[in-house]
Amino acid sequence: MATIDRTGVRGRDMRSRTHRREYLVGLAFGVPAAVYVVAFFGYPLFYNVLMGFQNYTPRSFYTGEAPFVGLANYQTVISSPTFWPAVWHTAVFTVGSIVFQFAIGLGLALYFARRFPLSGLLRAMLLLPWLLPLIVSSAIWRWMYDKDYGVVNALLKLVPGVHAGVPWLTQGRWALVAIIIANIWIGIPFNMVILHGGLQGISADIYEAAKLDGAGSWQRFRYMTWPLLKPVTLVVLMLGLVYTIKVFDVIMGLTGGGPANQTQTLTTWSYQYSFQLFKFGPGAAVSNLLIVAATLGGLLYLRSLRRSGGAR
Amino acid sequence: MTTGTHRITRTSTPPRKLMALGAGILGTSLALSACSGTTAPGASSAGAAASVAPASSITEIDYFTDATSSDAFKKVLDTCSAQTGVTIQRQSLPLKELLPKVLQGASSGTMPDLAFVDNVNVQQLAETGALTPVDDYGFDLSGYVKGIVDATTLDGKNYGVSPAINTLALFYNKKMFADAGLTPPTTWDELKKDAAALTSGSRYGFAVSAPASEEGTWQFLPFFWSNGGDLTKLTDAPSVEALTYLTSFVKDGSMSQSVVNWAQADVADQFIAGNAAMMINGPWNISKIDKSGKVEYGIIPIPTPKAGQDPVVPLGGEVGVIPATGGATQAAAAEVLKCMTADAQMLEWAQGNTRIAPRGSTATEEIKALPVLAPFATTVKTARARTTGLGAKYPVISQALWTAIQSALTGAQSPEAALQAAQQSVG
Repeated sequence: MATIDRTGVRGRDMRSRTHRREYLVGLAFGVPAAVYVVAFFGYPLFYNVLMGFQNYTPRSFYTGEAPFVGLANYQTVISSPTFWPAVWHTAVFTVGSIVFQFAIGLGLALYFARRFPLSGLLRAMLLLPWLLPLIVSSAIWRWMYDKDYGVVNALLKLVPGVHAGVPWLTQGRWALVAIIIANIWIGIPFNMVILHGGLQGISADIYEAAKLDGAGSWQRFRYMTWPLLKPVTLVVLMLGLVYTIKVFDVIMGLTGGGPANQTQTLTTWSYQYSFQLFKFGPGAAVSNLLIVAATLGGLLYLRSLRRSGGAR
Repeated sequence: MTTGTHRITRTSTPPRKLMALGAGILGTSLALSACSGTTAPGASSAGAAASVAPASSITEIDYFTDATSSDAFKKVLDTCSAQTGVTIQRQSLPLKELLPKVLQGASSGTMPDLAFVDNVNVQQLAETGALTPVDDYGFDLSGYVKGIVDATTLDGKNYGVSPAINTLALFYNKKMFADAGLTPPTTWDELKKDAAALTSGSRYGFAVSAPASEEGTWQFLPFFWSNGGDLTKLTDAPSVEALTYLTSFVKDGSMSQSVVNWAQADVADQFIAGNAAMMINGPWNISKIDKSGKVEYGIIPIPTPKAGQDPVVPLGGEVGVIPATGGATQAAAAEVLKCMTADAQMLEWAQGNTRIAPRGSTATEEIKALPVLAPFATTVKTARARTTGLGAKYPVISQALWTAIQSALTGAQSPEAALQAAQQSVG
């Protein structure tokens, strides 16, 4: 470079050169990411979509032959008596989990926004569910929920007037409730941590000002915290949706989708097709539907982001 | 053999099909797509290879992951490595990850040279064309229990040799029976009465495992088959009768409804804890119960609908299969498998892991040393392979059946309605 400078390159030339250089550097930084995305997301995604249109059997792995069957896999999946219940379970599980995870997480975040003795330790302890391997958590929950010997029912029976335990994992409706509760417990730390971070980002000055102006604690929350926290809230809800819709370990560990498919979600069902029945085509079809659902959630997030950005 | 052409196609497009498997589970568990190829297949000349010199090293895969059985299996592998001069690179995976792993290998040309898979998967794997018939290597399967030979046979060819098999029997708590003045049951009626009599407080008389998995079907089959049930006719009277019978334990209160969430290991834990007076389970639990030192137990064949019948139980066990990885490695794998299924090694492995030797004469030897296994050794002779006549269709039927079992046990549907729905879903 130094030599070029000395030979007297004009400023304009210099600029375009710098531009090109910047462009190349930018490209150098961008390419690995692009390659990564294409190789690890685009390619599998493409293949999953493709597999959804194929009759993909164990044999296909060896021979590489998987005849195209058009929409037959989707037909199989949608006409199955398990389909609509699985959609319903997925919806209830996702919405139920997110609503409570978020509400409780927000409550705890607000609680810990104030500093008090041991608050750091307490907050760290609340992260525990997040740190435990899911398979461990679900095994423990499974025993806690046991109808006869579980601690949950033992505690319930201490309540005056309650004589019989709840058939947590042995009756369809309760089983769905049980896996949602376990999943809420697992999801609270994530919500709490992110929302807590968001709260830290809100300047204390404005609260002070509001206090001086006579705003009550509800008003401060409703008209200051809530709107200022909105970008973080959207991220939490969006990630919550994506994480929850594909929850697998918790359900497999607690009920395996049972009893009799009554906690079968699209995720566990897709697994069942692919790895218990070895019908990879319908398995891929189900997971494609899941991807579409999660993508719709993502689009919703982008839209509300844009809207809240425009309002500002 | 047509593996020559397959090999070329497979090695030329490995990442594609590999990705396909990863993609299939996108959104569930991407861990599987992180596949470490075992080794590249040796010589590219494939085909049956009695004449090819065996390779000096092979890769092996199995599902013996818990400490006891893993150690016992390693011993046998070491013995056979020394005897044959073949170095064995071993890999153990949990059972449910094993088949996806082998399929991945099949698509990328990195199959293990010797694989021990669950017998229910052998016909399915053989159908893919990835396995070589063991007949090619001169194995002698005469003297093997019929069930295991059925499980490994496809279109008249045999695709695997089993080093050990197992089945189910009834475990009972001797002290509870003595206290109640009862003798172990031999018929369905007796089992039902004893279960009711032994139920008291938080203790149940009887326990089986009925989760939403293959275990549920496997544990129900002794009742289903002993009553004359047919896996292709789920709505027939004997099938409905069998499910009605199992459901009656929950209705009577002598079996916990929680069994729909208990894996077989959980059932054994309940038995050890004294929460169940009797259980259906397999010989692999023996060392665990013994170690606990809590229960004095007896083992008897599973009671039959009527007195004097032989129970028809499902056959379990692992099978050594030899994938088409090339003449030299196939020959080496065959030598190792021959060594592992020779009398001494079969006996060592079956005893060390409390399973049954599949060769009748070896099993007789084994029972002399381990009489506790006698009930299993007796019933395994008439045990039925789950895939007989069904092959790759079995997983679908099994899934329908375990769903029906759960539905009936939880009272969501009557046994008739549950089985009707099952038959419909199978088509």
